[in-house]
Amino acid sequence: MIRVMLPTHLRRLANVGRELEISVEGIPTLGAVLDALEDCYPMLRGTLRDYVTKQRRPYIRFFACKQDLSHEPLDQPLPEEVVTGVEPLWVVGAMSGGCANI
Amino acid sequence: MSRIRVLVGTRKGAFILTADGKRTSWDISGPHFAGWEIYHLKGSYADPNRLYASQTSDWFGQVVHRSNDGGMTWETVGNQFLYEGTPGTHQFYDGTQHPWEFKRVWQLEPSRANPDTVYAGVEDAALFRSNDGGLSWQEFPGLRSVKGHLWQPGAGGMCLHTILIDPNDPNRIYTAISAAGAFRTDDGGQTWCPATRGLESNYELPDPYAEVGHCVHSIAMHPSRPNVLFMQKHWDVMRSDDAGDSWYEISGNLPSDFGFPIAVHAHEPDTVYVVPIKSDSEHFPPEGKLRVYRSRVGGNDWEALTKGLPQSDCYVNILRSAMAVDTLDPCGVYFGTTGGQVYVSADSGDSWAPIVRDLPAVLSVEVQTLA
Repeated sequence: MIRVMLPTHLRRLANVGRELEISVEGIPTLGAVLDALEDCYPMLRGTLRDYVTKQRRPYIRFFACKQDLSHEPLDQPLPEEVVTGVEPLWVVGAMSGGCANI
Repeated sequence: MSRIRVLVGTRKGAFILTADGKRTSWDISGPHFAGWEIYHLKGSYADPNRLYASQTSDWFGQVVHRSNDGGMTWETVGNQFLYEGTPGTHQFYDGTQHPWEFKRVWQLEPSRANPDTVYAGVEDAALFRSNDGGLSWQEFPGLRSVKGHLWQPGAGGMCLHTILIDPNDPNRIYTAISAAGAFRTDDGGQTWCPATRGLESNYELPDPYAEVGHCVHSIAMHPSRPNVLFMQKHWDVMRSDDAGDSWYEISGNLPSDFGFPIAVHAHEPDTVYVVPIKSDSEHFPPEGKLRVYRSRVGGNDWEALTKGLPQSDCYVNILRSAMAVDTLDPCGVYFGTTGGQVYVSADSGDSWAPIVRDLPAVLSVEVQTLA
């Protein structure tokens, strides 16, 4: 099981606690975890990445094992500590961002 | 006795304000969706307990919610807004062509007949409709084909912020877009024409009389007279007597004809409300005095409504979707400010009182009159 930590807003949206456990079939890549996460919690679709292109939203970050995985290929296997459940995968709202014109 | 439900969208959540018909004692519910920007909430005409809410965030994107119990509980519905076909490009701030990209829903307008049918005006500007209560959305691409490559974002983004459906003819719909102009369809959204003849945008467009490109801030109509439209443009308050085929200016004696919202009295089709703002570069009331202006003759002759509103040191703004009316008699008028106040007048604007003073910046105000 992959442990996933969501930011507060997305925890409320998905009506879940601080930490989720996601089961992934095959090689546990970042893309596979996001696919499984969206399958389990469809309300998260569109909040982490674009529906069509699957591109990460600009102000979303993925951290694990004190590394920023946001710019890594989606098909790259996750670190062993994440795969074994020792460390969680963090979904984070970036510190920057948020334009407020209306 | 009738009840009033005021739906308030703010920068940090939604609030629902309720009162009886006296409109003096209010209950405040919220924040709903705490921490998220709520651009707009709107109730169904056919089923007042069916509400829709547009929740948006630059971090997490667009979410749409609906409620079947007047906002006590909510469920998440569809948030996939895909442009039809190849989206193409529009003009960007720097004059280059920029691909159409969905950002958020600015306006939700339920149909008058069916609570499951709802229109969504989005940024980058387009019109969508759902026929299944918001679960899925389909675009009307004919709108963007009206010289969409010449549309450009205003300061708030290239947003479709106003949707008006003719109560006598659901196939006739008006939309307004910043900064593209006003548009009308007579065939339910398949084909559209610009509704901009008579608009003049000096200093904003190279051709002040261009067919598209005008920064329309909002449009209002009275349901008994849907061919008469009132518009608050970037500058200028305008009126059309022919369903948007042509417009003429009715700014008259306003202290400034810049502003954002415009509203029509529920029972007097020629009574119109605006809130003048000093200028495009100074988004606050002239002289620091928060004044709603009312015309009882359809424009040009305006009176300042000040009783109960701050008349010194007031530097809030009133955004385009943040004014609405109820249908009681006398008509209630409501508006919210970027300072977090929501004001009500239970006497058609003669006097005002704050319902709440310290909400987050108010983005939208809608009112439901409940039996």
